[in-house]
Amino acid sequence: MAKRIELKSIDVYYGKFKAVEDISMVIEPRAITAFIGPSGCGKSTLIRTLNRMHEVIPGAYVEGELLMDGENIYSDDVDPVKVRRQVGMVFQRPNPFPTMSIKDNVISGYKLNNNKMSKSDADDLVERALKGANLWNEVKDRLERPGSSLSGGQQQRLCIARAIAVEPDVILMDEPTSALDPISTAAIEDMAVELKEKFTVVIVTHNMQQASRISDMTAFFNIAGTGLPGKLIEYDKTEKIFSNPAQQQTEDYVSGRFG
Amino acid sequence: MAIISTGFQASASLPRWFTPAALVGSFSVALAVFTLARTPSEGGTSLVGVGFVGFALYLLTVAIVSRLVEGRRKAADRLITSLVTAAFALAVIPLVSLAWTVVTNGIARLDADFFSMSMRNVVGPGGGALHAIVGTLELTLIASLISVPVGIMTAIYLVEYGRGKLARAVTFFVDVMTGIPSIVAGLFAFTLFLVLLGPAAAINGFAGSIALSVLMIPVVVRATEEMLKIVPNELREASYALGVPKWLTIVKVVIPTALAGIATGVIIAIARVIGETAPLLLAAGFTTSMNYNPFSDKMMTLPVFVFTSFANQGIDTQSYLDRSWAGALTLMLIVMILNLFARLISKFLSPKGA
Repeated sequence: MAKRIELKSIDVYYGKFKAVEDISMVIEPRAITAFIGPSGCGKSTLIRTLNRMHEVIPGAYVEGELLMDGENIYSDDVDPVKVRRQVGMVFQRPNPFPTMSIKDNVISGYKLNNNKMSKSDADDLVERALKGANLWNEVKDRLERPGSSLSGGQQQRLCIARAIAVEPDVILMDEPTSALDPISTAAIEDMAVELKEKFTVVIVTHNMQQASRISDMTAFFNIAGTGLPGKLIEYDKTEKIFSNPAQQQTEDYVSGRFG
Repeated sequence: MAIISTGFQASASLPRWFTPAALVGSFSVALAVFTLARTPSEGGTSLVGVGFVGFALYLLTVAIVSRLVEGRRKAADRLITSLVTAAFALAVIPLVSLAWTVVTNGIARLDADFFSMSMRNVVGPGGGALHAIVGTLELTLIASLISVPVGIMTAIYLVEYGRGKLARAVTFFVDVMTGIPSIVAGLFAFTLFLVLLGPAAAINGFAGSIALSVLMIPVVVRATEEMLKIVPNELREASYALGVPKWLTIVKVVIPTALAGIATGVIIAIARVIGETAPLLLAAGFTTSMNYNPFSDKMMTLPVFVFTSFANQGIDTQSYLDRSWAGALTLMLIVMILNLFARLISKFLSPKGA
């Protein structure tokens, strides 16, 4: 569990367009790594390459090596489906499956893959995952209700429960709180901090306070201009990035002078 | 006392009874004019004329009065509301008239005999359309069994997999198929079976089903395609992110989410082909006898029953006409039940929100 991710000169392309250029970094296990930067700088693109989700978009491809505990997930014999079973993802907008109950949403990773499990195992798993996502107390009496009956913040925590239920090694969160109110955001931030005990957590955020509150490491990305690829400007301990960054651009961004 | 205008006060408005009063007034005037002005040789008062003149009078009254009392914006609002309502009424009139005609004419023979007897050896009154009802149900069922899987899978290919030339070609041919005149579909099925089985056995129920399938497939493809397209991409991504392969995502996430819409589309497609006459006349033929076997011999269907009863009225003309209308009413009832069924399906299968 909780794998170390090593990116070696990663370039990401959408067809001919180079979206991200030459990223090399190491994402530590059992820590929260935050990606920050202005819109369009490629942080969402990059996080999607960590579980090969960018391949859903026609024409998108990656050059470079991405090692997970030493294993290159972009080598030819790797099945992207298997990668995604080990790298869970939470999206910007909550997206519970509308045809499923709360309970079925939590165990959807198993149900959709036709993995049979006994009812008691399923109940245990549902309880464990929902507790892990700080949602159990709110929904334990209505597990059979549709997932879409919950509020936005609850739906997002349901999606996190769904992601952790399959027990991945890494959890990716792509702006998980940008559609939520401050209270739901706080609930998810608390949970992210608990999740790093067991998982490698990577979070993309536009909210710099959020990055400074919860992350251990912060990566700052920027683009030189529209049409140019995004680059990793600085990657360091969060305190360092927010108090004494090495690069002028980083300082300008975190102090709110641009972006 | 000085009246201070805040700028938000509504201008004077006409009382609620104004609209009905204007309607009654305008149409009464129109009716009176037409009744008084007609010459004895013309016969009854022209209702169409009354409708036109009455409506024009009403529009004029409303526009002028409202403009004077309420101002320009409300006058325009009333004018457009009247026009839109009139357009709606105009569209509904033929529908209501059609339903009314079929019901009044068809109800006479909608008895137990009609649903339990065929037309074998019947030349006068009596007889029934059981053979045609059975034929219609069997043929439509077979056509659906062929078209629904083909149509849904084509739509899945187009939405989930199709890229490039092949997908464009398939889309193009589906469009072309949508435009095929139904008689051409009938000719296609007829000639196909003529080549396969020879002239003696070419006309049978199954050939009719094939003709109906040709008409039904593009409708199912289009309906399913639209439904699959509106399944949010986020759900597909959510499923992929859980390590679910693409085909399982389609089977277990995309289709269930779109199922209500697909089911409704399929039923609408069935309702669309169940009333086809021309292709069945050619491909399935017509007969007066019961035939439960769609794979041999001619098979009667309801639309063809309606057509032949009307086209070849025997000595006892009225009985044939009554049966024809009753057949039309039965067909209408079947389509209505199917539509009701579609409503129920979409009610029960739709993803439940809040």
